[in-house]
Amino acid sequence: MARLNVNPTRMELKKLKARLETATRGHKLLKDKSDEMIRRFSVIIKENKRLRGEVEKELAATLKEFSVARSVTPAYQAEAAFAMPSVAVGVECTTESIMGVDVPSVAVVSEKRADGLPYAYSEITSEADFSVERAAALIPKMLKLAEVEKTVRMLADEIERNKRRVNALEYVMIPQLEETIKYIKSKLDENERAAVIRLMKVKNKA
Amino acid sequence: MQGKMAIVGDGESITVFKAAGVDAFPAEDENKAREIIRKIAKEYKIIFLTEELSRGNAQFLKRFDEEPFPVILTIPSKNGSTGYGEEMLKSAMERALGIII
Repeated sequence: MARLNVNPTRMELKKLKARLETATRGHKLLKDKSDEMIRRFSVIIKENKRLRGEVEKELAATLKEFSVARSVTPAYQAEAAFAMPSVAVGVECTTESIMGVDVPSVAVVSEKRADGLPYAYSEITSEADFSVERAAALIPKMLKLAEVEKTVRMLADEIERNKRRVNALEYVMIPQLEETIKYIKSKLDENERAAVIRLMKVKNKA
Repeated sequence: MQGKMAIVGDGESITVFKAAGVDAFPAEDENKAREIIRKIAKEYKIIFLTEELSRGNAQFLKRFDEEPFPVILTIPSKNGSTGYGEEMLKSAMERALGIII
């Protein structure tokens, strides 16, 4: 490992020792952070898997059902029936912090349902009503999944970055500092020995 | 803060959500979807995108991972799940933990 390019002086030695201490402490802290993030991550990813399975199954079924339901009405008529939705679903979006990572947090706030369905009953078959109901019921779950999945992705990125930092400290910074300190120490010792010998020689001559 | 939801996908898959109160944007192919998302990313907090359109846009969608919002969620379309969501989960897991559990 290459040592740093510094003058072997007492000043530098002192500075490097301080840096080494900071680096060691930083390494420990980052490592703890990494461990905790991984722990949280594995909990969240389990939830994500479960949610995704549920949502995908439910959604596929709903879409299929709807597909069948609307196939009995002409396409343009179906389009017209759904063109003006009377319902507006709002979401309350905030962020929360997991180990310093800002992740989204979503909640459904308002479901302004005027009178249930956004179209006249005569326009489309009743099977479509059911699938719309099902889709509406599925929305909170999909929102939850969106939140969880985004969290997973953001955490994964952060864990990766953090790992990089930990490794840089552990395998580059700290060894470099240690080696440089060792080098300066031996250099200083040698200087000292040289000075002693010189003195002895000078004394002998006199 | 209040946000809105949008869904981007092929006409068949999104109509039902339109009726349920989600703003729907029809897109036939990946490029169209990318354009729409670029346009609505500021306005909408939650965007659902069907798998077929998400697959080709993975690189483009990656940039949204930096900020908490907007959240872009890949959902299966009317053709059923192709396992793309599962794949993405696995890749996230591999990056974070180094292994797939």
